[in-house]
Amino acid sequence: MSPTKRPKERIGVYVCHCGSNIAGVVDVAEVSAWAGKELEQDGVVVARDYKFMCSSLGQELIERDIKEKGLTRVVVAACSPHLHEPTFRAACARAGVNPYLFEMTNIREQDSWVTTDKIEATKKAKALIAAAVGRVAYQKPLESLYVPIDPNVLVVGGGVTGIQAALEIANSGQHVYLVEREPSIGGHMAQFDKTFPTLDCSACILTPKMFDAGNHKNITLLTWSEVEKVEGYIGNFTVTIRKRARYIDESLCTGCGVCWEKCPKKVVDPVFEAGLGYRKAVYVPFPQAVPKYPVIDRENCTYYLKGTCKACEKFCPTGAIKFDQQDEILTVKVGNIILATGYDLFDARKIPNYGYGRLPNVFTSLEFERMTNAAGPTLGKVVLRDGVTQPKSVAIIHCVGSRDKNYNNYCSGICCMQSLKFAHLVKEKTGGEVYQFYIDMRTPGKTYDEFYQRIIQEGANMIRGKVAEITDTARHPSEEGKLIVQVEDTLVGKQRRIPVDMVVLSAGLEARADAKEVAQKFGISCSADDWFIERHPKLDPVATMTDGVFVAGACQGPKDIPASVAQGAAAAARVLSIIGQGEIEIEAATAIVDEATCVGCKECIASCPYQAIQYLEDKGKAYVQEALCKGCGTCVGTCLPKSISLKHFTDEQIVAEMIGAMQTMKSFETVEAA
Amino acid sequence: MYEPKIIGFLCNWCSYRGADTAGMARMKYPPNVKIIRVPCSGRISPELVLRTFREGADGVMVLGCHIGDCHYSTGNHRTAKRMPVLKKLLEYSGIESERLYINWVSAAEGEKFATVIKDFTEQISALPPFVETMK
Repeated sequence: MSPTKRPKERIGVYVCHCGSNIAGVVDVAEVSAWAGKELEQDGVVVARDYKFMCSSLGQELIERDIKEKGLTRVVVAACSPHLHEPTFRAACARAGVNPYLFEMTNIREQDSWVTTDKIEATKKAKALIAAAVGRVAYQKPLESLYVPIDPNVLVVGGGVTGIQAALEIANSGQHVYLVEREPSIGGHMAQFDKTFPTLDCSACILTPKMFDAGNHKNITLLTWSEVEKVEGYIGNFTVTIRKRARYIDESLCTGCGVCWEKCPKKVVDPVFEAGLGYRKAVYVPFPQAVPKYPVIDRENCTYYLKGTCKACEKFCPTGAIKFDQQDEILTVKVGNIILATGYDLFDARKIPNYGYGRLPNVFTSLEFERMTNAAGPTLGKVVLRDGVTQPKSVAIIHCVGSRDKNYNNYCSGICCMQSLKFAHLVKEKTGGEVYQFYIDMRTPGKTYDEFYQRIIQEGANMIRGKVAEITDTARHPSEEGKLIVQVEDTLVGKQRRIPVDMVVLSAGLEARADAKEVAQKFGISCSADDWFIERHPKLDPVATMTDGVFVAGACQGPKDIPASVAQGAAAAARVLSIIGQGEIEIEAATAIVDEATCVGCKECIASCPYQAIQYLEDKGKAYVQEALCKGCGTCVGTCLPKSISLKHFTDEQIVAEMIGAMQTMKSFETVEAA
Repeated sequence: MYEPKIIGFLCNWCSYRGADTAGMARMKYPPNVKIIRVPCSGRISPELVLRTFREGADGVMVLGCHIGDCHYSTGNHRTAKRMPVLKKLLEYSGIESERLYINWVSAAEGEKFATVIKDFTEQISALPPFVETMK
C-alpha cells in the first residue's frame, strides 16, 4: 500500500498568522521558509506566510500565484477546515484549480491554541504541513454532483419558534409540514400569562399566530403526532410521521366542546396546567387550542378502562367520536428540516432542601405562570395550595437548578427576568411583600434592566445569596405556620431566616428529556448538556453539521421569546435561501469499486449504512450507486482485496499524509540526536 | 526519554470537531499526536494502522463518534468491532496492543479530547520506541 510514484505537481504552501492567534505561538516565518526549502523535493514551488489568509488579500495572493506560478495544488495551514475550507476551495476554483486539489491543515485549533511550548508548536506545524503536502500531490480533481431541492419543509415543534418558522416559509409560498407532539400548538408560551419586560399578554400576542399557522393554505398541521424516522439527505428527506389516534373524526368535529362538558372523568393535567389544574378525559388543553379538535386520553377514559360510558359519543352532535380510530403513519418528502423542539423545566424535586413536592406552598415557576393566568386553574388568583388563601409574603428563588455544579452549570438566561415579572404580578395581584433571592442579576436585553429598576421601585426586596434551605420548622413564634427561607445574605454578610407564606422556585431550563434520541433520529449532535449543537456558535447559529437540518429556539440552548422568534425566522430564511437555489451540491467524495479486483464477497454491502452498494449478479461484482453514497468510507475499511476506494480519501492519499507527518517527526529526532 | 511519534485518525464530524473544541477552549496537551482527518472512523482499515506502525509510529489513535451518534449512522459500529480484533492481532505479532488506542469523542467533548491525548501520550512514553520493539 505504499503510494505510487509521486506525481510532479507545482504546490503552493500558505501559512496563516491569524493575527497573533497562530503567529503568537508558531514561528510562521520559520515554518514557511522551512516548507519552501525542505519540501521543495515534494513539489513545493512557493511557500508564504501572511497575516490573514482568509482575507480577500490573502485569497488573492493564492489566486495570483496559481496564475503566475502555474500552481496545480494548494495547501493552506491555518484554522480548522470546518471554518475556512469552503473559502479556500472557492479561491482555488476562481483561479482555475479544481477545489478538490486544495488541502487545508489546522495549525490553530489543533496546534497554536493547544501547545504551550513555542518550539514544539512550530515543529508540529511543520509536520502537519508536510503531511498536507504529502497528500495533496495525490489528490484528484472531482466534479461536484448537484441534486434538486424538494421545496417542502418539515418543522418539528409547534411552540412560538416553530410557528414563526412555519409562517415565514408558508408566507413565501412554500409548503410546510408542522409537526407537534401535544394536541395543540402554542408550546410553553401558551401557558404563560404575561411576558417580560413589556407585560404583554402572552395569549393576546400568540393566539393570532397560532390561528394563522392552523389555517394557512401552505401549512399542513400535524398535532398529536411525532416523527418516527428520517431518511435521505438535504433536498431529499423522506420522513415518517406517526399521527396518533385522537379518537375523533376531524372531518366531522366542529370543536363545539359538548364532549368535554359531558365527560364525567376529571384528570389532573400534568402538561398544560403543570399539575395545578384538571381537565377531562376528552379534552383540548386550553380554550384557544389550535387545532380545535379534542383528544381522548385513552389511559384515563372510562370507556377504555371499563368498557362503558361513551358519554361523549352519546352527546356529540356530529357523531365525530371514533373509539376504534387507529394511529396513522404518514410518509412525507421534504428538502429541509427545522427542529424547534423547545425545552423541559428543571425538575425542582431534585433539590430536596427546597422542599418542592413535600412542602405544599412551594411552587415551580410554571405552576406560578398557570396560577397568574386568567384562564388558569385559579382564574388568575395568587393563592396557596389550598386554593383560597392569599399569601401575604412570597419568596422567589432564582437559579434553581442553574449555575449550580450539582445540577446544571449554565445560566438559564430567562429566570432573572421571569422572577422580576413574578414579583410584579405578586405586587399587582396581592399587594404582599416580595423577596427575591438571587446570586447575580442578569438583565442584558433591550429594556430589561429598566424593567429590573421598575420592579425595585415597586418595592420588591432584593436579597443577594443562594438559598440553603426552605423549611417549615419554626425556631421562633413569628415563624409558626410559615415557610422559612434560610439564606446567607452576602451583601450584609450574615445568615438570615425569612418567613414567608409562599415560595416560587424559578426553575431553570433543560434540554428535552429525549433530546439525544431526537438528535440521533435527525443525525445531529448534542452538547454535554444535551442542547442541540449549531454549526458555528456565532456565524452559523441555526444550521447544524448535517446539511438540510436546522435548529431554532430553546432546543439549541436556553432562550427567551424574542430570541426564539428571531431564530425561528432565521432558520426559515436559511431554508428559503436553499430552496431558492433550486439545486444543491452534494458530496463528491464517494466510493468506487475496481471491478478488476472485486471478488464479489459482499462484505461492503453489509457494511454500508445507506444500502448504497448493489451486487451486480451478472458480473458477480459490487457496484456503488453514487447518489446514495455519503462518502463515509466504511466499505473501504471493510474491503479485504482493497477493491473499493473512497475518492478524496484513498489509501494512497492517507498513507502519503501519514508518511509526510512521520518523516518530519523522524527528521527532528535525527537533528536532535546529532 | 524520547518523544513518541503518534498518528491520530479522527472522524471529521465528532472527534475532529472535539479537537477543535479543545482548541477553542485553549486546553493544553502534548504535541506528539499528529491528526489525520477521515470522514468516518469506519474508513480506517486495519492495513492503514499497520502501515502507520511500519512507518515507525510509536502509537496510533482511532477516535470516532459515540455509538449512536455516528454522522453516517453506523459507520463506527464497524470500528468498534474491527479495532479490538486488530489489537489482538498486534499482540499476537509481538506488538504491544496498548500502542493502538480506540475511543469515542464527541464534538462537545473538548476536555475529554485533551485528556485522552495526554493519557495516551503518557501511556506510549512508558513504552520503548516502536522501532526498538521491532529489532
